[in-house]
Amino acid sequence: MSLYYETIHSLHEKLREGTVTSTMITQSVLDRIREVDEKVHCYLTLTEEAALEAAGQSDERFRKGDVSGPLDGIPLGIKDIFLTEGVRTTAGSRILENFVPPFDGTPVSRLKKAGAVITGKLNMDEFAMGSSNENSGYFPTFNPWDRALVPGGSSGGSAAAVAAGEAIATLGTDTGGSIRQPASHCGVVGLKPTYGRVSRYGVIAFASSLDQVGPLTRDVRDCAIVLKAIAGHDPADSTSARVPVPDYPSLLTGDISGMKIGLPEEYFPEGLDPEVEAPVRKAAEALAKRGASLVSVSLPSTRYAVATYYIIAPAEASSNLARYDGVKYGVRLSDPGGLLEMYRQTRSKGFGPEVKRRIMLGTFALSAGYYDAYYGKAQRVRTLIRREFEEVFSRVDLLLSPSSPTPAFPLGDRLEDPLRMYMCDMFTIPANIAGVAAVSLPCGLTPGNLPVGVQLIGPAFREEILLNAAYAYEGERGEFPKCSL
Amino acid sequence: MEYVPVIGLEVHAQLQTESKIFCGCSTRFGQAPNVNTCPVCLGMPGVLPVLNKRVVDYTLMMGLATHCRIAAESVFARKNYFYPDLPKGYQISQYERPICEKGWVEIPVEGERRKIRITRIHMEEDAGKLVHEGRGGAASLVDLNRAGVPLMEIVSEPDIRSPEEARAYMQTLRDIVVYLGICDGNMEEGSLRCDANISVMPAGSEIFGTRTEIKNMNSFRYLSQALEYEIQRQTEVLEDGGRIIQETRLFDSAKGVTVSMRGKEEAHDYRYFPEPDLVPIRIDPEWLDRIRAGIPELRNEKITRYAQDLGLPEYDAEVLTAEPGTARFFEDILAHGVEPKKASNWVMGEYARLLKDKGTEAASISPEQVAEVIRMVDASTVSVSGAKQVFEEVFLTGKDPGAIVREKGLAQVSDEGAIEEEIRAILEANPQQVQQYRDGQEKVLGYFIGQVMKATKGRANPRLVNEILRKMLKGR
Repeated sequence: MSLYYETIHSLHEKLREGTVTSTMITQSVLDRIREVDEKVHCYLTLTEEAALEAAGQSDERFRKGDVSGPLDGIPLGIKDIFLTEGVRTTAGSRILENFVPPFDGTPVSRLKKAGAVITGKLNMDEFAMGSSNENSGYFPTFNPWDRALVPGGSSGGSAAAVAAGEAIATLGTDTGGSIRQPASHCGVVGLKPTYGRVSRYGVIAFASSLDQVGPLTRDVRDCAIVLKAIAGHDPADSTSARVPVPDYPSLLTGDISGMKIGLPEEYFPEGLDPEVEAPVRKAAEALAKRGASLVSVSLPSTRYAVATYYIIAPAEASSNLARYDGVKYGVRLSDPGGLLEMYRQTRSKGFGPEVKRRIMLGTFALSAGYYDAYYGKAQRVRTLIRREFEEVFSRVDLLLSPSSPTPAFPLGDRLEDPLRMYMCDMFTIPANIAGVAAVSLPCGLTPGNLPVGVQLIGPAFREEILLNAAYAYEGERGEFPKCSL
Repeated sequence: MEYVPVIGLEVHAQLQTESKIFCGCSTRFGQAPNVNTCPVCLGMPGVLPVLNKRVVDYTLMMGLATHCRIAAESVFARKNYFYPDLPKGYQISQYERPICEKGWVEIPVEGERRKIRITRIHMEEDAGKLVHEGRGGAASLVDLNRAGVPLMEIVSEPDIRSPEEARAYMQTLRDIVVYLGICDGNMEEGSLRCDANISVMPAGSEIFGTRTEIKNMNSFRYLSQALEYEIQRQTEVLEDGGRIIQETRLFDSAKGVTVSMRGKEEAHDYRYFPEPDLVPIRIDPEWLDRIRAGIPELRNEKITRYAQDLGLPEYDAEVLTAEPGTARFFEDILAHGVEPKKASNWVMGEYARLLKDKGTEAASISPEQVAEVIRMVDASTVSVSGAKQVFEEVFLTGKDPGAIVREKGLAQVSDEGAIEEEIRAILEANPQQVQQYRDGQEKVLGYFIGQVMKATKGRANPRLVNEILRKMLKGR
């Protein structure tokens, strides 16, 4: 197998044995990028020179026996929402076309400290708003499994890169499903940790109370490795939790005997695409075969989750995106019409249509006379949804559901219908609303050879339980095929 | 018909912390533009605020000093609007659940004390500054040094009933923040700012009229002037049968009038919502106790104590406590066993004069040295005028008073025998004047005293000279 398709842990073994070097691995990935990226368009910015230099430094460390850990020397791709010092960071938007950050955000600096090699910045829906990567201000990313289809979003570039071999693993963000849904469409593992598990400092904000940073990887062990490197309290992020970070990789035993797994009826609605339901139910059975018991549960507030999300997220976004005004950084489109005209030109031309749509929605939901009916109400419903999860987790250990109601859909299919696009996230949104942890794992292929993802949802700050169950399932499922790109 | 003004004041105090409220940048004033900045206060993409705890400490001190109810849990909120001096496009402030509510202060009004209620006190970040360049504002430069400096906003109930009361209220707030050491209280430099809400109503009415907001009053004098003008303006409008328009007006200090901002201002909808990047602040009783223990004696308490316990006139008490540094200096002198009135006279007199003439940096006299000078006068070691010379020398050099007396030969001659000798010599030399005195011309005494002082180079104890002179003139 080519190096670019290997896992972090298998490469680490080889690096320790000395049968490969980081420079070899990195070169393999860079060559792969050169070979296929023009077909799928995962990358917005490539940092080849810096990557090879970092690889060389890693090789030096391995020679001296001064290794940082399992991520040392491993080439990773970074969603363009993460600030990278000296490397252009756009959040997929034209309004930040020329923005070069003067510092690394915390997740990136922790990966660098672990010795990881950064290959470049990955394409995304603009300001993380979207479920198909078609909202990128630059170009869409294509699904490596079928290039007429979307890879999902907003971490579409991150998911597609892992699937296509253009990175060993990647970092993404998940606000309403933006890691899990593209992971499901691209046949990779995608984890959204508990809100507060990973620092948001240096992560361009979309919805402050929902955004979380997480890995997209080829297998569960890799996911645990990356999570361990980036998780933990950060004094620069007041919402990051002071909860100790378990040694996630060492807790992957695969033993789930006695585990209770709930299947919420609201996540298996009447009319659910059978091409999705079949492999997901098979996954549930696989877990049962490994000793878990399956329980039917109900989360009645689920039906309010999407509406709640589409008030809270745009409201917070409308405020978070106010700083893009052409005054201090990024693009400024001037017109000799004065301040107001400068604001108008910069933001009208700098932002894409979905971003503008959500800014308007959010501004309305917060405006005088409407705050209580919309934002205030949504926050109260949010508490109900959160309580429902807490209650169900007192009866079961994990929940299982499809990650997405459909497999990947054709480009352009939902662009004219925003609400239909929003429904892509109906199974992923509730975990963001409640702040709990959730992971998507590839569980099967449709007859049309498209990946389907199964989602496991776990209680807050118990990612080790979640990942262990995922690991057990993976063991039962066996090898998952690669895309044919 | 007589109209009565109804006034509420909104005061912003810049808190004297080392760092800004949400990042570690320095708050030091007067630096080159944009030197005290970092990604956080610049509002770069991806940054997050981290609360400076000292800001909360200072605000709690103010809340306790003004008898407020302190929230057990307090939250920050975003106030959203666009302006180039506001880098994030929102100000982190407080809206619902401010840290302090429902307090009061007492202000002196015509010899009485009136209670002015405080609606709320909350914390927020300051915005930057715009500097307009070129003719007609061709360009605006943005300086974000001030962005993120901590502010404390104090909102009063509309309990104030005259410009004098408004001024007394401002003075009272200033005294409190300066004594607490949390703000330097400088209105001219903008570390203490004041906006007023003002309306008028017929005397005896309980229904408030339409109010206007007055801004840009950056001194106590301008505050009085602006309010006087606005009361007059509103009264005239109503007497002419007109109606007051609810609007914001700026005080024009050059013309002494308030000017409407109508046309420039639209009603702002700030779309407040709780700040999701900060967790609520929980204030436990132990924290409050620590704060309470650290609150010093405030000005009004000192004035009362000086008057009642130390027996000083109210005037003295007010002058001595106008600045906490002076009060501290005065009290340190007392600690060396000096009579309060004597200490007060020297502090209000020579000390104040020298501070004004030579500047505060020049002051090198310690409270102990002041006490020593006073002791020397009491012991007649020096005359009062001699003591003043000594005082000034110590003030400028910090040298030991006793040494200065020796060096300058200022020791007063209080030896009665020596004085008698001198006087005898002068009387003998001036028989004409002696006769004049005995004939009833009392004024000649002054001449003799002058002569004695000249002969003794000013060192004779004037009281003794006077006594002995009279005795000797009468005697022979």
